[in-house]
Amino acid sequence: MPAPGVILLVAVVLIVLALVYHLVMTIVALRQIVAALDETIAAVGEIIAKSGPVNDVVLTINAHLGAGVSALEGLLVKKAGMRDALGLVEGVYPGASAAGFRDFPDSTTTKAPRISEVYTRGVLTLARLGREAPIAAASPDGPAVRNATRSAKSAMDLYPDVRHTRPEKLPRSPVIGTDSPVQYPEGVL
Amino acid sequence: MTLYWIGSLVLLLVVFPIVVYLLNGVLVEARSIVPTVRHIAHVARAGSADLDAAPLLLTTQDQAIRTIENVAAYGGSLDVILDDARQGS
Repeated sequence: MPAPGVILLVAVVLIVLALVYHLVMTIVALRQIVAALDETIAAVGEIIAKSGPVNDVVLTINAHLGAGVSALEGLLVKKAGMRDALGLVEGVYPGASAAGFRDFPDSTTTKAPRISEVYTRGVLTLARLGREAPIAAASPDGPAVRNATRSAKSAMDLYPDVRHTRPEKLPRSPVIGTDSPVQYPEGVL
Repeated sequence: MTLYWIGSLVLLLVVFPIVVYLLNGVLVEARSIVPTVRHIAHVARAGSADLDAAPLLLTTQDQAIRTIENVAAYGGSLDVILDDARQGS
């Protein structure tokens, strides 16, 4: 065989070997891709199946919660009156009265009174306890979650003249007994 | 004979390297896709696992409805117990 024929034969063999090697490797890679894509498609199918009812469920929950809020707001307005209802909401959720009640358009223009001017401290405390009851998800098994900046401070702000703000100005308790500096005359019954 | 030489040498020295270069490029790109697709499959599996609790939303929905019903019942009782606000208040 002449030398050019040998060179030609070698070249062809090398090209064929290169084709075989690279094509086989490419086929292996493509099969890996197909396998991974099959897993992906299965997982995406699960995602679609699992997330399918989420929208309807959330919309249903929202609708029921909205109906509950509307009913409670209506009851509050009916029982307390628009102005006092806004005052109670403002006292429990500072700033919330600006949004008003959803079924009462005029609530956005009604001026909310200061809660301390309408309700006693006990009512405010009860309302606050209701808001900060231990139903918070942060500590379902722990103690009640309380807002440290609002729960006590807001009450102090409402009643600034009690002992915890100016204890030095309160009169001291009287000393009683036979050796007290001030002897009170025995009362005549 | 000269053309035979030239053709053989061109095939060996030009065509063969070009074929190898092109095939290698295809192989490299195909191999580079594999980890990406595997990562996508992993993320899709993780996303699917994250939604395992989604069926619990049906329970949440039921509980929310019951809670609202109870609140409505309490509201109805309060409506009976408490006096309405006076007009103008």
